[in-house]
Amino acid sequence: MTFLTQVLNGLQLGSIYALVALGYTMVYGIILLLNFAHGDIIMVGAYISWIVMSQLGLSPALAIVLSIVGCAGLGVLIDKVAYQPLREAPRMSLLITAIGVSYFLENGAQLVFGADAKVVPEYFDLPNLSVGGVGLSANAIITIVVTAVSTVLLTILVQKTKLGKAMRAVSEDMGAARLMGINVNNTISFTFAVGSALAGIGAVLYSMAYSQATPTMGIMLGTKAFVAAVLGGIGSIPGAVIGGLLVGFAEVFVSAIGLSVWQDAVVFLLLIIVLVVRPTGILGRPMTEKV
Amino acid sequence: MTASKATATQAGTPAVSGYRSLSMPMRYLINAVLVVIFLVVGELMIDGGVVSRYQTGVIEQIGIYIILAVSLNIATGYLGQLPLGHAGFMSVGGYSCAIFIMRMMDTMGVTARDFATGTPAAAGLFVLGIIFGGFCAAICGLIIGVPALRLKGDYLAIITLGFAEIIRVVMQNIDGVLGFTLTGGAKGLTGIPGYTNFLNTFIVVVISLFLIHTMMKSRHGRAILSIRDNEIAAESCGVSTTYYKTLAFVASAFFAGVAGGLYAGCIGVMAPAKFGFMKSIEILVMVVLGGMGSMLGSVISATVLTILPEVLRAVSDYRMVVYAVVLILVMIFRPEGLLGDYDFSTSRLIERIINHGKRPEDFVPVAAAAVEGAASDAKAAAPTATTGGQTETPGKESGKEAHTHE
Repeated sequence: MTFLTQVLNGLQLGSIYALVALGYTMVYGIILLLNFAHGDIIMVGAYISWIVMSQLGLSPALAIVLSIVGCAGLGVLIDKVAYQPLREAPRMSLLITAIGVSYFLENGAQLVFGADAKVVPEYFDLPNLSVGGVGLSANAIITIVVTAVSTVLLTILVQKTKLGKAMRAVSEDMGAARLMGINVNNTISFTFAVGSALAGIGAVLYSMAYSQATPTMGIMLGTKAFVAAVLGGIGSIPGAVIGGLLVGFAEVFVSAIGLSVWQDAVVFLLLIIVLVVRPTGILGRPMTEKV
Repeated sequence: MTASKATATQAGTPAVSGYRSLSMPMRYLINAVLVVIFLVVGELMIDGGVVSRYQTGVIEQIGIYIILAVSLNIATGYLGQLPLGHAGFMSVGGYSCAIFIMRMMDTMGVTARDFATGTPAAAGLFVLGIIFGGFCAAICGLIIGVPALRLKGDYLAIITLGFAEIIRVVMQNIDGVLGFTLTGGAKGLTGIPGYTNFLNTFIVVVISLFLIHTMMKSRHGRAILSIRDNEIAAESCGVSTTYYKTLAFVASAFFAGVAGGLYAGCIGVMAPAKFGFMKSIEILVMVVLGGMGSMLGSVISATVLTILPEVLRAVSDYRMVVYAVVLILVMIFRPEGLLGDYDFSTSRLIERIINHGKRPEDFVPVAAAAVEGAASDAKAAAPTATTGGQTETPGKESGKEAHTHE
């Protein structure tokens, strides 16, 4: 294991965290909700891939498309069923509902698929590249490229399009946005769709790297991605990417120096330190509280 | 307002006229008698073999979950924060209590059998162990609370979740760092003597509930409630929000540690994997379902949710899914929980009975009656002021009354 390989591993893991963190950041930015179910949407995405490829024997391309579309649909459904009735409710109720949804998805998956891990087949049969005698995994490169492209597209969507403008307006002031003729509920649903589609992409990339699906895989992945989003500054797209990469690198290097059993602890310690020193994260804007 | 009530006021009973209330010693006596009756009946049923050994174990677990739910309620229902690491405090308490008792057994000359027969030394060791467990958890609560309570809402939730994970990882791997066996690593701590029984669980539950109840009724408790209702307003009224938030958090951790200590003795094995995120959520579900801020709600839902899975063994696969659906439905249709912040009070019930079903607010408050008396004298002079005084004063009184119940 050379240093370069470790860097690449860190980038790959960090990219997955970054993609998931983007979903957290978008949802948090618009309705100030820590969407606990986000990690479990990834889990569902991985199971969709497994069903399509392993059980139905269909093509990997279809599996990827269905995973992404399925996740986006699930995200919208969750918003409509569980979060929309609580738009005006206190934040606490919304947060507990999100925990409920997460709990439901995990236990539902356990009931339907069983607690054992399902093996997701390889999407593509790619050879490993070799640059200057250093083996580079093709999966890692695909993961990094896909994440970079997704981030750029998302930035364009949020900054340049009319829908993106609506999303920013709703996140700034929901009431004022409504008065300006923006359909708030549709905009929120759209945000959930985009965020969950990113989770779907994350699910595919995760399955590529670890090729398995378990009912509880979303908890740790989701929590760490949320840590990444908070580290970078929640609500900020570049922040989510920076946070994701930071968490990914931290984990890979802690394992590399032989302390892999402590890697979860290190990630959370990193979070605690950042939150204590800079409560709004690395790129987050300081918030003032109105009375 | 009738004339008879106005006359009763002139007789001069304090605060509310004609309302017969119980004195504080009387209230404590009534509650103490009820507790003792409950305890004696329980003991007799267990000794007489009416309740099986397995059922006794379930009853002990109910007691443990009652303490857990009520202690989480301090942070969730009374302080208005959402910590997701309660299982972490529980595991710290459990491990430290179990390790303390196991290490001290030789020093104090207590054998595992003594816990069953109940020698004074064993009882003393149990008390020391439980308090030690509580204190270790409270110290962890302090370490976590100081940075965590600077944050709000979701940040606090995630940071406590993170701390609980750190605790779990530490419990799992600390042996390798220390170089000797302390927690037993991932395999868990085994061979814990069964020091938990119905009698001491019951006593610990009663003491915990009593302490939490009296704390919440004291000025400290009111300060904590004021932070929940409006932190900025509380701070501007001179409530030291940092101090009271930390106090509530540490108290919550302390009792979780106490419950953890009982749990270790009840189950006999401590494994880090048991105290993950899921356990914290399980406790949170109890609090939320029962009603955030209601002690009775926590007690009832902890009892029901501990018994249900034992009764419904056949459908235990569906249990978690049903929990989740119930949690979502409760949040959508009844966000304040099944009981809201209602709390049952025996003394209040007895007062209702001796007052023939009337509540304090049904009686004429002294201030209102005084205004009424004054008003009837000055009826001709200022009729508008009179009506204002009559309608407003009782309203204020009942408003205050409603507030104290919250």
